[in-house]
Amino acid sequence: MSEHIVSPKIYIGIFAALMLGTGITVWAAFQNFHQFNIVIALVIATIKATLVVLYFMHARYSSKRTQLVIVCSVFWLAIMLALTLTDYTTRSHETQPGVSHLARPAASHLFRV
Amino acid sequence: MHRTGDLYGHFQTLEQQKETATLGMWIFLVTEVLFFGGMFLAYTINRTAFSTAFGIGSNTLDIKLGAGNTVVLIMSSLTMAMAVWSAQVGKKKLVSFFLIATLGLGTVFLGVKAVEYKQKFDHHLIPGRSFDMKYHPTHPMAGDDLKELALEKEEVDKAFAVDPDINFHGQLYFSLYFGMTGLHALHMIIGAGLLLWLIKGSFAGRFTPQYNTPVEIVGLYWHFVDIVWIYLFPLLYLIDRHR
Repeated sequence: MSEHIVSPKIYIGIFAALMLGTGITVWAAFQNFHQFNIVIALVIATIKATLVVLYFMHARYSSKRTQLVIVCSVFWLAIMLALTLTDYTTRSHETQPGVSHLARPAASHLFRV
Repeated sequence: MHRTGDLYGHFQTLEQQKETATLGMWIFLVTEVLFFGGMFLAYTINRTAFSTAFGIGSNTLDIKLGAGNTVVLIMSSLTMAMAVWSAQVGKKKLVSFFLIATLGLGTVFLGVKAVEYKQKFDHHLIPGRSFDMKYHPTHPMAGDDLKELALEKEEVDKAFAVDPDINFHGQLYFSLYFGMTGLHALHMIIGAGLLLWLIKGSFAGRFTPQYNTPVEIVGLYWHFVDIVWIYLFPLLYLIDRHR
């Protein structure tokens, strides 16, 4: 195995991209994109995270085995999020404003949301 | 354990040793992804259910401090990456320099976090008996921008009209805020400890082009903590900012 040395130029380029991403996130947060604000924020964050993983964490130059482990982490996270959220989003909740959950006796609200 | 120089007995070459360490660290990071993932999941569910309270809670955070800290942390990731590079090309003095820079930036981050936490105590935004989202808008403190505070009061009053239980639901937001940023800060503190250990090693000239596994591995950890913040910043600080 020959070690791949990532040059400082690439690191600085990635750093600049991350700064730009941070700037865009803050800017986008002050615009009204309705329900897409959160989508935009998460897409930018994911692009930033991917850049960090690929270059700062050298995933792009890692062995296939290591890359598989990295992909697995995303996969398992997706399972956890997707299965839990499908459950939560398909149950009926009393989450309309004005309906108190926490004002109820301590135990009962725990089983609602 | 038997070892020859930096090579432990159960490995054949330094490359194999490094490859194994990297793989092991990534497997640990998978568990960390799921660990933080659980908190992000709790956040998602609660934010969906109590979006008004989460928006108000988020707007009480200081966006300048949050964005500034994001910049500081990404800079520390750059210096960490540069420390790895310095070790790989055998610039021993630069390794120490970049590690110290990383530690310094990490400390700045934690300092800013402490300032933010203190603010939340002052504004009665710690979940518990004296939690009150109306407190700060009606009790200005020295150095507050009164105009902005009046706007905040208007916003809070409007939110109370929509969700009278906002002081309950707001506590969910702040519990998650302290839980998530606190856990992140704990990771930073552990990272700072690891950096101190690396700095000591770098002064002894331990890290060379042949052997720099510890710098690389701690680097992976440090960048992971950076990634967690990359998600925490928009999710905690930037909800409903456009109002």
